[in-house]
Amino acid sequence: MRGAWRWLREHAVNIVAALVVVYMLIPIAVILVFSFNDPAGKYNFTWVGFTLSHWGNAFGIPELNSALLTSLKLALLATLVSTAIGTLMALALVRHQFHGRRAANLLIVVPMATPEIVMGASLLSFFIILGAPGLGFQTLLIAHVMFCISFVVVVVRSRLIGFDRNLEEAARDLGANSFETFRLVTLPLIMPGILGGALLAFALSIDDFVISNFNSGTTVTFPLYIYGAAQRGIPVEVNVIAMILFGVTVLAMGFTVWQQRRAEKLSEARPEQEAALPIPAGAAEAA
Amino acid sequence: MAERRRIVPYFLLGPGTVWLLLFFVVPLFYMGYLSLESGIVGSLSFSWNWGNYSDALSLYDTQFLRSFLYSGLATLICLLVSYPLAYTIAFRAGRWRNALLFAVVAPFFTTYLIRTLAWETILSDQSPAVDALRLIGLVPADGHVLATGSAVIAGLVYNFLPFMILPIYASLEQIDQRLIEAAKDLYASSRAAFWRVTLPLSAPGIVAGTLLTFIPASGDYVNAQFLGSAGNQMIGNVIQSLYKTQLDYPAAAALSFVLMAIIMAVVLIYIRFAGSEALMGEDKL
Repeated sequence: MRGAWRWLREHAVNIVAALVVVYMLIPIAVILVFSFNDPAGKYNFTWVGFTLSHWGNAFGIPELNSALLTSLKLALLATLVSTAIGTLMALALVRHQFHGRRAANLLIVVPMATPEIVMGASLLSFFIILGAPGLGFQTLLIAHVMFCISFVVVVVRSRLIGFDRNLEEAARDLGANSFETFRLVTLPLIMPGILGGALLAFALSIDDFVISNFNSGTTVTFPLYIYGAAQRGIPVEVNVIAMILFGVTVLAMGFTVWQQRRAEKLSEARPEQEAALPIPAGAAEAA
Repeated sequence: MAERRRIVPYFLLGPGTVWLLLFFVVPLFYMGYLSLESGIVGSLSFSWNWGNYSDALSLYDTQFLRSFLYSGLATLICLLVSYPLAYTIAFRAGRWRNALLFAVVAPFFTTYLIRTLAWETILSDQSPAVDALRLIGLVPADGHVLATGSAVIAGLVYNFLPFMILPIYASLEQIDQRLIEAAKDLYASSRAAFWRVTLPLSAPGIVAGTLLTFIPASGDYVNAQFLGSAGNQMIGNVIQSLYKTQLDYPAAAALSFVLMAIIMAVVLIYIRFAGSEALMGEDKL
C-alpha cells in the first residue's frame, strides 16, 4: 500500500500529463468515430451504427464543396500574401537597425493580443462606414491577411535569429553579389521558417470563424458552412472532410519538420558552429 | 551605399505596416466613431453619443462579468494542468517528446467549430463520459453537463490549452539544466530546486501562456453558444448578435470597445507585475 502511494507520488506529474494528452485527443477521436456513424435523424450526436457510406460520399454535398473550395482559395491567397509581407518584415526586424523598431514590434504584437471578436467587429465597422467594397471574398481576404501577418513574422523571425551570418559573408567573399547571396544562401536556409510561417497562416485562415463571420457578407467558407448547418443538423460528411483536412495537415507538418531537419544538417556542416545554433521551434514560438 | 542601406528596412517593412495600419489600426478608430453615433441603421449620425457606453454597460454588465469569470477560471485551470504536461515534455519525455508535442498541436489540425461540436457530443446527456461522471458522483444522477457554465469552461479550457502549454514548454526547454543541478549540489531538495529555480525561470512562459489563453477566451462566443444555455451567454455572444442580427451597430461597437479597453487594462497591469519580455519578445533580438 505504501509502495503504491509512493509510486503515485513519484509519477503524479506524469499521470496528470497523460490525462491532459487524453483530454486533448478525445474530441479528435470522437470526430473520427462519428465520421463512420449512420445517424437515424439529422443530428449526428448519438452512435447508431457503422457505415462507410459517408466516406464514399465525402464530396457529394454541393454547398459543402463550394464552401470548402472558397476556404481553400481564400487560405491559399491569404497565405501567399501574408507570407510574402511577413517575411519582408521579419527580415527588416532581424537584419536592420532603424528608427521606429519598437513601434513596428508593437504593431505586430498588438493584433495577436487582440480578441478576434474585436478585430472582426472593428473591420466590419470600417466596411460599414466606408460602404465599399461590399462584404464578400475580398473583405475576407483583407481580414485573413491582416490576422496572419503577425504570426508569419514571429515564425520567420525566430528562424532568422538562429541564422549564421558568416555563411553569407563566405558567399560574398567567394564573389557572389547581394542578390545571389540572398537567393543561393539566405533563402534556402530560412526556407523552413518561411514554410513554417506559411503553414501556420494557412491553418489559421482555413480555420477562422469569428472574424470571417463578421466580414463574409453572403460568401460561405467551410467554418461558416458548419456554423450555419449546426442549427439544422450537420451532415456526417463534415466529419469526413475534417478528418481528411487533418490528415493532409499532418503530412504537410511532417514535411516542414523534415525540411527543417535537413536545413539544420546543412548549416551544421561546420562542426565548431554546432553548439552555437539554437534554432527555436517555429511552432512553439508562434503559439 | 550607406544611404541606400538606411532606407532598405523601411521598404521591407512598408507593405506589412501599411496593411496592419489600414486594416487593423484604422478600423479601431472607425469602430470608436461608430460607437458614438446615434439613430438606427440607415439614418445613423455622429453625435458624441456617450450614452451608448452607459447603456451598453448597464444592460450587459452580467455578461461582462460572466465573460471574465469564465475566461479567468479557464485560464487558471489551463495553467494548473498545462504545467505538469509541459514539464513532462521538457524534462521527462525522452524519445516521446515529439509525439507529445504532436498531441498538443493536433487539435489545431481540425476545425475549431467541429472540435467544439465534438464536445457537444461528449457532454450530451446520453454520452458515456457523462455516465462516468455520474458514476463517480461528480454529476448528480439526474444532472446535466451540457448547457451549463461548467461545459462552457471545459470547452474554453480545451480550445485554448495549447496556447498555454507551448509557451511554458518553450521556456522550460530553454532552462540550463546545470542551474538545477547546481541548486541540488548546494543541498536544495528536489522540491526547493523546483520552487526556487525551475519555476521562476519558466515565468516568461507562464506570463505569455496566461495572456494567450485569457485574451481569446474572454472574447470567445463559440463555446458559450454551443456548450452553454441562454443563461451562460458571454459578452462575445451579445456583440455578435447586436452586430449580425439586431443591427444595433453603435451599441455593439461600444461593447467591443469596452471589452478591448478592459482587456488592455488587465494586460498592462499584469505585464507591470510580470515583465514585458514574454509578450514583446524583444529580448530575442
